[in-house]
Amino acid sequence: MTILAPIQIFLAAIGRAVLTLCGGTGALVLFALRSVSHVFRPPWYPLEFGRQLMRIGWFSLPVVGLTALFTGGALALQIYTGGGRFNAESVVPSIVAIGMVRELGPVLGGLMVAGRVSASIAAELGTMRVTEQIDALTTLSTNPLKYLVAPRLLAATLAMPVLAFIGDVIGIMGGFAVGVTRLGFNPSTYINTTWTYLTNDDVGSGLIKAAVFGFIIALMGCWQGYNSGRGAQGVGKATTNAVVSASILILAANYILTEALFPA
Amino acid sequence: MTQTPMIRMSGVEKAFGSKTVLRGVDLEVAKGESLVIIGGSGTGKSVTLKCVLGIIHPDAGEIEIGGAPATRRNREALLSRFGMLFQGGALFDSMTVWENVAFRMRHGHGRLPRAQAREIAIEKLRRVGLTPETADLFPAELSGGMQKRVGLARAIATNPEIIFFDEPTTGLDPIMAGVINDLIRELVTEMGATAMTITHDMTSVRAIADRVAMIHEGKIRWQGDVEEMDRTDDPYVDQFIHGKAEGPIAAIR
Ligand SMILES: Nc1ncnc2c1ncn2[C@@H]1O[C@H](COP(=O)(O)OP(=O)(O)O)[C@@H](O)[C@H]1O
Ligand SMILES: [Mg+2]
Repeated sequence: MTILAPIQIFLAAIGRAVLTLCGGTGALVLFALRSVSHVFRPPWYPLEFGRQLMRIGWFSLPVVGLTALFTGGALALQIYTGGGRFNAESVVPSIVAIGMVRELGPVLGGLMVAGRVSASIAAELGTMRVTEQIDALTTLSTNPLKYLVAPRLLAATLAMPVLAFIGDVIGIMGGFAVGVTRLGFNPSTYINTTWTYLTNDDVGSGLIKAAVFGFIIALMGCWQGYNSGRGAQGVGKATTNAVVSASILILAANYILTEALFPA
Repeated sequence: MTQTPMIRMSGVEKAFGSKTVLRGVDLEVAKGESLVIIGGSGTGKSVTLKCVLGIIHPDAGEIEIGGAPATRRNREALLSRFGMLFQGGALFDSMTVWENVAFRMRHGHGRLPRAQAREIAIEKLRRVGLTPETADLFPAELSGGMQKRVGLARAIATNPEIIFFDEPTTGLDPIMAGVINDLIRELVTEMGATAMTITHDMTSVRAIADRVAMIHEGKIRWQGDVEEMDRTDDPYVDQFIHGKAEGPIAAIR
């Protein structure tokens, strides 16, 4: 019995962790489904939606644009030196384009926006939770999921693909700038190669990814903020958790989506 | 009490994790009556109000509003009959003062046009002693007493039948507290509303209450008319209303 006791405690701890995880996941799924259902049911809050669109979309442009610009440039340099080992320097334009559009545009853009937007949504809703503003909404006959969560989910899901698309264009321009100024590519050859090898599926898949990432970003921010613990410490923890969970979910979802969209 | 009570709680229990807060609260408030709940901090006074509002779901027990049981399904309809002043004000800090006051009129079903809602909001602000100039300020620009008054104006904006005030005078200077007390008494009398107020300010109790209930260790320890409060020989009530350090209520909680 005495030998088994620590094992029992250990197994019980694992069991508790699994139960908490399952319970937590179930609650999160329910939260997401409820909030999404409010997107389709009136009353709607267009003003709130517009405000979120500005904040999530418009104000994320500089971050996403700069990320894409430097990534495109670095990618061009890497592929040039890497490709040089097989005398394949000419693949630079197409690989930069495909890499940006299918993978790096949405993923890096998503991660940057996760840092910016998940955190600020979690901090905002967390503060509203802690100062009882969310309770006050309820007592004023306004469903917080409808008023706070649904507009943020919708705005992020719609804004992310647009941001990713702009990121794609800027990233390709970054590659182009490096290719032409540093690697000796002919400008028109560079652009032609890009156009020839890039397909609609490449672009489309990246935009689908971006939409999913946008949903994840808003969902994690809202979920963590909505369930924030009490006090300033609770809000701080909610903010950190939102960024970490959104980032990891984005990377995991990226792998799953890539498998689904481009099965090997 | 022959009339159906406006609010009836019976055997309401609530625990947060391993911490039991309410252990069976039984309480009735008659229509048009002003009940004040007293009790030490952290004894579950706010939780009691939030259970009635449906913001917190009790683990056990029943709550009836106007004779009908409050369920998750009819909660939204019930809430339109309630007004609530939160302990910390809970003003929406992204909105101006008048938008806060007019929130219910500007959102959801039967929303009013902007100009009309603003007019009503300014009227309500005047009712709680605030000038129209405050209407366009943000809550963060106001003093604590003014924030409380905006909270009051928001709570009464749509003339609710039932109003809850959670510590309306805590953190205010005695004069401002007096003003708020008088205001609450007037509003309740003039609107004929049923009121439940939480406070540990005995001046407030005497100014606002028709009836008093004391909560202790998750139950209603004592209740009765205000006049009876001073005559009761209940040692808990006696200790609380006279603020004695010695007595059955442990000072360390
Ligand atoms: N949402 C919550 N989660 C966990 N504990 C809570 C929550 N709300 C209240 N409590 C706890 O319940 C107890 C009673 O709280 P409250 O009703 O706010 O006290 P008071 O009587 O001062 O208003 C406190 O110990 C508080 O920590
Ligand atoms: Mg309280």
